[in-house]
Parts: sequence; C-alpha cells; structure tokens
Amino acid sequence: MNAPDLKLVVDNTPATTAAGVSRFHESAKAQVAGAATYIDDIPEVRGTLHAAPVCSPVAHGVLRGIDASAALAVPGVHAFIGPDDIPGDRVLAAFAHDEPVFAEGTVQFLGQVGGLIVADDVMTARRAARLVKWDIEPLEPVLTPQQAHAKQRYVLPPVHVTRGDAAAALQRAPHTLAGAFEVGGQEHFYLEGQIAYVLPLEQQQWWVYSSTQHPGEVQHWVSHALGLANHAVTVECRRMGGGFGGKETQAGHLAVWAAIAANKLRRPVKLRLDRDDDFMITGKRHPFAYSYRVGFDNRGRLCGLELDMLANCGFSADLSGPVADRAVFHADNAYFLEDVAIHSYRCKTNTQSHTAYRGFGGPQGVIVIERIMGDIARHLGVDALDVRLANLYGIEDRNVTHYQMAVEDNILEPLMTQLALTCGYRERAEQIAHWNASSPVIKRGIALTPVKFGISFTATLFNQAGALVHVYTDGSVQVNHGGTEMGQGLNTKVAAIVADELGVPFERVLSTASDTSKVPNASATAASSGTDLNGRAAQFAARQVRQNLAAFVAGLDGVGAGAVRFEGGQVITEKQTRTWESVVGAAYANRIQLWSDGFYRTPKIHYDKVTMLGRPFYYFAYGAAVTEVAIDTLTGESRVLKVDILHDVGRSINPAIDIGQIEGGFVQGMGWLTTEQLVWNGKGLLQTHAPSTYKIPATGDIPTHFRVDLWPEANREDNVHGSKAVGEPPFMLAISVFEALRDAVAQAGGRPEAMNAPATAEEVLRALE
Amino acid sequence: MNAKKPGQTLRFLRRGEAVTVHDVAPDRTLLDLLREDLHLTATKEGCGEGDCGACTVVLGETVDGRLTYKAINSCIRLAHSVDGIAVYTAEDITAPSGELHPAQEAMVRCHGSQCGFCTPGFVMSLFGMYQNTKGAQKLSREQAQADLSGNLCRCTGYRPILDAAQQMGQLPLPAGCAVDEAATVAALRALKKKPAADGPYLRPTTLSELLQARAAHPQAQVVAGTTDVGLWITKMHKRFPQVLDVTAARELQRVESYPHHIAIGAAVTLTDAFAALVKERPQLLSFSQRFAGLPVRNSGTLGGNVANGSPIGDSMPLLIALGASVVLMRWKKTKAGGEIAHRELRLEDLYTGYRSNVMRPDELLCWIKVPRPTGHALEKVYKISKRFDDDISAVCLAIQMTVKAGVVQQVSIGAGGVAATPARARQTEAALLGQPWTEDTVMHAMDTLRTEFQPISDMRASAAYRQTVLGNLLRRFWLESQGQQAINLESLKTLEALS
Repeated sequence: MNAPDLKLVVDNTPATTAAGVSRFHESAKAQVAGAATYIDDIPEVRGTLHAAPVCSPVAHGVLRGIDASAALAVPGVHAFIGPDDIPGDRVLAAFAHDEPVFAEGTVQFLGQVGGLIVADDVMTARRAARLVKWDIEPLEPVLTPQQAHAKQRYVLPPVHVTRGDAAAALQRAPHTLAGAFEVGGQEHFYLEGQIAYVLPLEQQQWWVYSSTQHPGEVQHWVSHALGLANHAVTVECRRMGGGFGGKETQAGHLAVWAAIAANKLRRPVKLRLDRDDDFMITGKRHPFAYSYRVGFDNRGRLCGLELDMLANCGFSADLSGPVADRAVFHADNAYFLEDVAIHSYRCKTNTQSHTAYRGFGGPQGVIVIERIMGDIARHLGVDALDVRLANLYGIEDRNVTHYQMAVEDNILEPLMTQLALTCGYRERAEQIAHWNASSPVIKRGIALTPVKFGISFTATLFNQAGALVHVYTDGSVQVNHGGTEMGQGLNTKVAAIVADELGVPFERVLSTASDTSKVPNASATAASSGTDLNGRAAQFAARQVRQNLAAFVAGLDGVGAGAVRFEGGQVITEKQTRTWESVVGAAYANRIQLWSDGFYRTPKIHYDKVTMLGRPFYYFAYGAAVTEVAIDTLTGESRVLKVDILHDVGRSINPAIDIGQIEGGFVQGMGWLTTEQLVWNGKGLLQTHAPSTYKIPATGDIPTHFRVDLWPEANREDNVHGSKAVGEPPFMLAISVFEALRDAVAQAGGRPEAMNAPATAEEVLRALE
Repeated sequence: MNAKKPGQTLRFLRRGEAVTVHDVAPDRTLLDLLREDLHLTATKEGCGEGDCGACTVVLGETVDGRLTYKAINSCIRLAHSVDGIAVYTAEDITAPSGELHPAQEAMVRCHGSQCGFCTPGFVMSLFGMYQNTKGAQKLSREQAQADLSGNLCRCTGYRPILDAAQQMGQLPLPAGCAVDEAATVAALRALKKKPAADGPYLRPTTLSELLQARAAHPQAQVVAGTTDVGLWITKMHKRFPQVLDVTAARELQRVESYPHHIAIGAAVTLTDAFAALVKERPQLLSFSQRFAGLPVRNSGTLGGNVANGSPIGDSMPLLIALGASVVLMRWKKTKAGGEIAHRELRLEDLYTGYRSNVMRPDELLCWIKVPRPTGHALEKVYKISKRFDDDISAVCLAIQMTVKAGVVQQVSIGAGGVAATPARARQTEAALLGQPWTEDTVMHAMDTLRTEFQPISDMRASAAYRQTVLGNLLRRFWLESQGQQAINLESLKTLEALS
C-alpha cells in the first residue's frame, strides 16, 4: 500500500551522484543468497570450544557457592569458568563500575551469569550448564520501580530539572489533572542473538569477533578483564543481525566472558547465547512508571507540570543514567513547558540491567506528555490535535526547552498541519465518531502525534568519529569507519558519500568491517548518529585524497586545484578529461598519497552534566503520524487500520533506506505499545522468554494503509549532505497508536486514563470495564 | 561431533545431487545438520523453537508424481525426517552463474533486507510460495501476509517484504534458477530405499510396520512433525536414543471422506488437515491460518497436536465442538502373527490430565474422525491471543449449536487455555440445551461458562481476563447468530468495510 516511488529501482541507473539515490543495501545480494557472514557463520578455527552461561535461578540472595562438579563430569565438558579465572579486574569496565563480571557475593537477578561451562560443542555446554548447582541464601527481591523508590534504592542519584515555579503555576491554572501510569519495557529481539568468538593470538594478543554496536568498548572491556593494554585486543564486526541498542553494552559482557574462558583454556572460545538465555540475561528497554500533575488553560495550553519518572534500571547502572536523562530531555516532546518540575529516579531492582534501546529513554519521555495532551483534550471536550498545536514550541518566543536549549529549527506546525490535511484527519475523526455511534461492538479511534527528537549523544565527548579511505592503484576504493552496520544501511550511505566525494560510481567503493585496529576510540553506533558522524569523517577522508589528486592534476594541466572536477568516474579540467583510474595510476607513479584519514566532531554542542542545562543536541529531527485503530469491546483485541507518516530526514542520502528506517521504527514502536509485553513473575523470573511467549509484530499486524512521506527540506544545520539522522525518531511516531487506542477506548465509554502500556487485549478490556 | 549416541546414515537431495551424511544421531536437528555438519551457513538460527522463521528451508517431495514444496522450520525438524527428499536453502536457489532467483531478486529490489539475518528464511518462504504458485503471478497481499506470518523481521516493518512477495512474479526466472521437476522427481525416486527395520531412527512406511515398531520399541520417542518435540530437544535439552516417526506410514498420510465424516490420518500435516476442514467449513479459514505460522503448519500434524494434548493446543477445542473422535491402534499378536486392533473414543475422553491420556504404551493415535457439517448447525471458533497471527491462545472457544424452533436442540462447546487439558464445557452446554435461544439464556450461560473452569494466570493472560472473555465470546456467538454484522475485527480487514 505504501508505495514510495522506489519499487524496483534499478541499482545501476546512471546517476550523477550516489547520494540521494535509493541504492540497494550494500550487502543485499549477499544477504538474500545467504552469503552474508554473521559471526556464527565464520569457519571455526581448529580447536574452537563452545561456551554456555550458568545462570542464577534466584533473583536476589547471598551467594554461598557454585558447584559445577556434575557439569564437569559430562563427557565433552572442558571447564567451568568463574570469577577466579579473571586475570584482571573482576568488575566490568562499565562507566559506573558496579557490575561484577561473574556474580560474586550477592546474586542480583534471576539469570545473572555466575560462570560458563565450556565444552566441545554448544549443546553439550548448554546441557551441562544446567547441571551446575547454586548455593544461595535467598533475600527478598525488589521487582518494581515503585518498591525501589519507596526504599530509595537507586543505581544512580535522582536528577531534578526545573524551570519557573510549577507548584505556583498549578495553583493558578484554570484546570488541573493528575495521573499515574506505567509503560512496559521491550526486548530488542534482534534476530541474531548475542555472540562473541574470541581467538588467542601470539604474545598475549587477542582477536575478538563480536556482534556489537561498540567495538571500542568491547576492546576496552576485554583488555580490562584480561589485565592487558588496549592495543593487545582487536575487535572486529562486519555486521550485526540487528542491534537496536541491545548490542551497545550487552555485547561486551559476552566478549569478556568468552575471553576469560579462552585465556584460561588457551583455545578459541565461541559464546553464542540460546534465545531463551539471551532474554534471561540481557537488559531491555527501561520500563517506566510516572505520576504527574498538570495545569492548563481553557484552550488546553499547559500552565504547569510536575512529573515524577521512575525508571526501572535493573540491578546495575549500565546506561541508565543517560537513558533516564534523555527521558527528561524528551518529556517536552514538541511542547513548551513553561513552569515545570521533573524528578527522575533511577530505580534499582532485581531484574536484568536495562540498557539502550532505540530512542534511549526518548520514547519514555515523549509518551507521558502525549498522554497528557490526550487527557487534556478529553477533559476539555476538544480535539487532541488542537491541544497539541496550541502547545507547540514557538518560533520567536516560547522556543526554549526546559533544559535551556533554543529550538531553532522547528518545523512542526507546518508539518503537522500538512499531514492532517493530506490524510484527512479532521474529516476522518468526525466520520469515525459517527461510525462508532452505530457500531455496537467495534469502536475506532484516531490520533495524530508529533515527534521532536534531539540528535547527538548527550555525552558530548562521544560526538566524534574517524574514518579511513583507501584508494588502490586500480582505482577501487575502500572505506572504513568507526561505525557499525546493523542493518540500518550505514555502510551503504557512507559508501555513497565517499563515491560522491571522489566522483566515482557507487560500485567502486567497498565498505569493510568495523575494526578497532583501523579506526581507534570510536563511539558506539547509537543515538541515530551513525551517518552524521561517520559519514562526515569518511567524507573528510575522501576529500583529503581528492585534494591530493586535484593538486597533482592541477600541476599536470597548469590550472588551479579548485578547478579540477571529479565526476562520473572522470577527472576533468578545462584542459583535459581523464578517467579516474588513469589519474590514480599516474598519481601512484608520482608518489602521491592515495589514502587518508578523516575526523569529525559535532560543532555547537555543550551541556552541563550536573545541572543538565545547555545545548546537548546539534539539531532536532521532526515527524508526525496519524494512526487509526479499531478495538473489539468484547475481548479488548485491537487492530491498526491506517497509518500516515510525514517525517523529516533532511535531504535524504538514500530515500529507500530512510523510509525503511521510518517504517521499521514505527512498527517496532507499535509492538512496544501493543503486543510486546514483558512479564516477570513474583520470583523475578522473566516468563516471556522467547518469541513463543513474547510477541513482536508479524506480517499480519501492519496496517493495510501504511504511507510514508518525507518532509522536503534540508537540515538547517550543516550536516553531511544536508541530511538528518533517522534511526530513532520514527520509533516515537508509534505513540500515535497508543493514543488512537485510548481514543477508541474513550469513544467506547471506557477509561483511557486508566490504560497502561502495552495495550494488550487484556489491558484494553480492563480500561473498558 | 555432537553424536555421542549411535547414529545412522541419511541421504537427501541438494541442488539435484544426493548428499549422504553418516552417523547422524536420531535427535539431531536439520538446522544443526546443515550448519554444523555440512557447514551450510545460509540458514540461520533465530530462536530455536520454530517461532521466528530465520531457519526456514523448503522441502521438496513427490506427491502424486508432482513435486510439492513446503517451507518448514529447520531448527525443530529432525535431520532424519528429510531422508529421501529434496532440501532447498537460500544458498541453493541462486543460479550457478550467481544470478538470483526471483524470490531473492525481489527482496533486493524492494529493499526487503536490512540486517539480513531473517532474510534467508523469508527468501525460502517466498521460494516456496513461488514454486507452489507457478511463479507467483497473482499473489494477493492477504495471501502473502498469511503465508509469511511465521517469519519475523525486526528491521523493516514488513512492507518491503510484502512488496517483494507480490512483485517476484513479475521478474524473469533465470534459466539457472529453474527447478528441473522431472529430473528432481527421478532423482528422488532413485533415493528411495527400504526403511531400516531397526535402528535409532525408525520411519516405517506402512501402518502395520509402524504399529509393530511401536510394539517392539515402546521406549522410542514417537514423533510426527516435531513442532513440539523439537523444542524438547532444543530448549529442554532432552536426548532421544531412539525415535519412531509416524509420518511415512502411507495409510496415515491420507484424508478419507465418508458419508458422515472425514478421517484425517495422523501423518497429515496441519496445512493439509485444515485444508480438508476448510473445504467443508469455509468459515474456519482465518482460524486455520492463525493456528501457527505456515512453516509450523507445514511440518506439524493434526494427529500430533491432538496426541500431544497441550491445554493450549488450538485444534482440540474446535474438534471437540465438532464432535470429533480419535482412533487408537496397536499391533495385536495372534497365532497367525498379528493384526491391527483399534478402538475409537470421543476426543474429550482421550485426556486424563495435563499432557496425559488413556493411550497404552503400544498404542498410536492413527485417525481423527470429524463429522461432516449438517448444514443446520452454527459453528464458530474464537481465538484470543496477544498477537493476531502465529501466537498461542490465551483462550480458545469453539461452539457448535443447532437451534430449531427457537430452542437449542444440540450444542457442543470446546474450550482451550482454561484447564489442564482441552475441555468440553458440559455445564454450559447443559445450561443451553433445550432452552429458548434468547438473550436471557445467553446471559445465564455466560455466567456458567465463566465459572465452569478455573483457568490460571500466566504470561499470556490473567485468570480473570480468561473468564471474562470466555463469557464475552459466547455473547459474540449469540450476536452472530442474530445476524449482527461487523462485530469482529476481521470484518474490518478491508478498508471498504469502514466506509
């Protein structure tokens, strides 16, 4: 149904530029033929052993000991690997330094890894791992953020961001509402589970294959655990089978565990998690609980807001600090919060340590304010779109965020207005109300929600990147950068940028595996920043090579270097047109450097970590979605019927890839808010342990009408090719699904204000009762 | 290297050539055979439980002289079950020249792969669709959605993949990608061999041999499509030194039609069994598609679902409501050697408790007999799950009712997800039978149905929700019996229904 004009695009269409064209994913042909290599596909080195984790059966307790003797008696089992086998620090090199490599002293969640069983083959290791006996004196587990908050049990201190006087504003407000609700976490469900394959090399050097978004951190963690300098460890990742934030820190644990085993046994060790273990061990999107009081005027414009956000962080800090920060930064979403007090609590519970997940706290911030908008509209009996429009950031005034950043590139009013017009939002809202009046069982609902998402790592130091561009003597080009490919098309975009910089066809440029020995100290591929950072670094590297060649050709032709053009595989001066290949060959013969590095750091950004004030973001990405749903009032089941999206990617480097990110992000967000329910039982056992019990959207869940349009304007900030980041922002467009469901519940006479997320059938029926 | 127990040899067809693998353990999965033993790594493991489809491969078998194709989950399929048949993986369908099959080319052109890990599985599901629909010329969006519901993608949001499904039929088929059907059929014939009478993996080809094997090896694990037993291996880490596979028994591969019932053999896949049921009861189409993803339906059997007796198995509530019975068979020794003995019982009488039943150690469930529709009865089945497709029921309710002169003359109700076994709602039936078919009767019966069972709370739903919804589904049945239109979400499948 969604028919962007890119179906059956022929990849080899001659185009003057590589960027702006819907090039196929650089690995697509290999992927469809099963020839794209993931880590478990790499031919195993002789002597490779396989590991399986030994997981705690108890959520909280004093660890008296672990008895692996039954496992060690199994034929084919080589060793149990535990804390005593760690040559370096027994605590992971995570920034909070609060997570033991293997459980010691206290068991902190059900599934915590206490060691590994290493065997000849993976099934033997997994079977034997279940024979390991834990001796644990149980303690009462803390399983909800509310419990943790009541006990002031936090992984990091609370954070408060305030502006004006929210309490006084609430006093004065013509209307006030109070509310509380919860939003569930989310399992990443990357199709390729976590995996690491560690090979000992000579002289205490190590090669690590890791399915990771952050090879540099894996390198850092492994060398720290092994007690080695960083330079002794090389980490490579050609591609991941999906990441979504789940392989930012979580991949590091696996690599460290496998490395400790490989170090002890002096053999290559592969650790590939079974899907159930992956669910059990790794962190998820943070579940949040909220309570708020909001004051507003007769138009629904906010006067004051007091908001408490409890983030369920699990047992350790991991990335919970910046995740909870981003939730605070995005609690405004698109709206001006004049008098506001936000209190953010990073609650410590006895569950998996929750981690990065697409949006990184942003969705948990945005959903609360969008919910407030919906509730205000119902309270006043006006359309929610009007309340949203009334609260948007202004252009000249009302344009400074609660963290003191001026919103300079706001396009939301025209964007939302255009979307509402093209999809017929207002007529449909009327028609739906009319239809509902005569429909006894099925009720429909509709909502338009915007997103404004800040682009940059909030930790300013991460906003840097490096790249290498190599031109070989035959004119072929390799590009390597510090980013990682997880399906998002980063390598495809970077190759296009390099091809354009050198004026060569897209096919001449090959992206190679992320490798810590090529580009050092690279940041995680995260925060939607992959192309902004690495694309620019690669562009600068290619530009350096081009400038070398231009100077050379200028010398030959006696023209200025600025007059040399690189286009369509040719190098052109007013005197002569040469092929790219001939120029490269001649330059080599004349000892001109044919490769270069490039480095980029994002300008303008600064932010005070203590006060949380400043300009954490280089720019904002915007979008809006209109979603129409139907609910069944007998069962609470729901369907998403129609979705229209208008989204801002700046000037697109690859429209097909960007639309793919928008659609994929939306559907993933829809899953978060509808069917993807994480259920822990009273003992802290995650009962939704695999796709049989944890339901991400399937083919039948996507709407028949699913249209995506791109906002036709370049990034107003100087960003690579005028583009904008796209990985995370569209995820939050799915909040329109949740708001549409609440609209349907309201139209059915239910209590939308009582509805938590995810809106499972049971949750919808509960709100209808 | 995993095979510590004695294995046996298997042979299958790949790219037209016989592949022989020796010493394969009876409980080795097809995925492990491909990836670990044969180093064919195109096929991926996503979940190891048949729920994500990353491991989808296509099996080619000769049926009535023609090649048929089935997409199945290799992660929970036993390796020995492909002995004597053709196996296609994503690396097998590309032409030797490197040209892509239309199922692959369409995925490239529609930008259907992002991270690419689910991609080989999707490609194989598409390949199966392509081959079975003779080039997928007229594949509808709905069909594509239904047939791909067993393949999960976390990146794309599916739109490009559904586009690929609909567009692959418009792409040329490179000569090197065409399957030579005659040659394949001939090669498969040449692969055929007499099954071993003894060994770790028993796969008798006749019913009497099957029953004799069951009598001789009562300790052997009986399997059909292993869509559940496969998880006992991959997730519960069970080992089976000996396996008895019922699916090759010729007699049991049939659906037989009789004047008053159809008989579905225990080796009939869920796909074929539901096709037979839907032929007579078209209203079951959506339920049949929701039963499981296509790869599971292509492997699993109706007999296996029934014999396994999971309280959340979806076929039993339906079959109970339809008045189905099961035929249990065993080999009875006689002076002359032996003969087949059988007994028949109502399906609901098969179960004695959680996953336990009345079958003797030497008995096998061989047939399921389903009465044909009378034309008078209203028959409906409702399934409630978190996700519409490819999910396990929180609640399943099936109702068959005949109303004459305003009075409930006959009613049978099957319920799943509400007790330790699939159950018949006898109290509710009693509350309805002989009563006028009115709203008052329905209200009373709803209360009965809500209290008749004591379901548990688990990750799928709470007990309270299950009880509430059971009653509400009976209410839906009432509304539908009164001719109410557009009272379920499926009626909104087309947007035209909204205007």
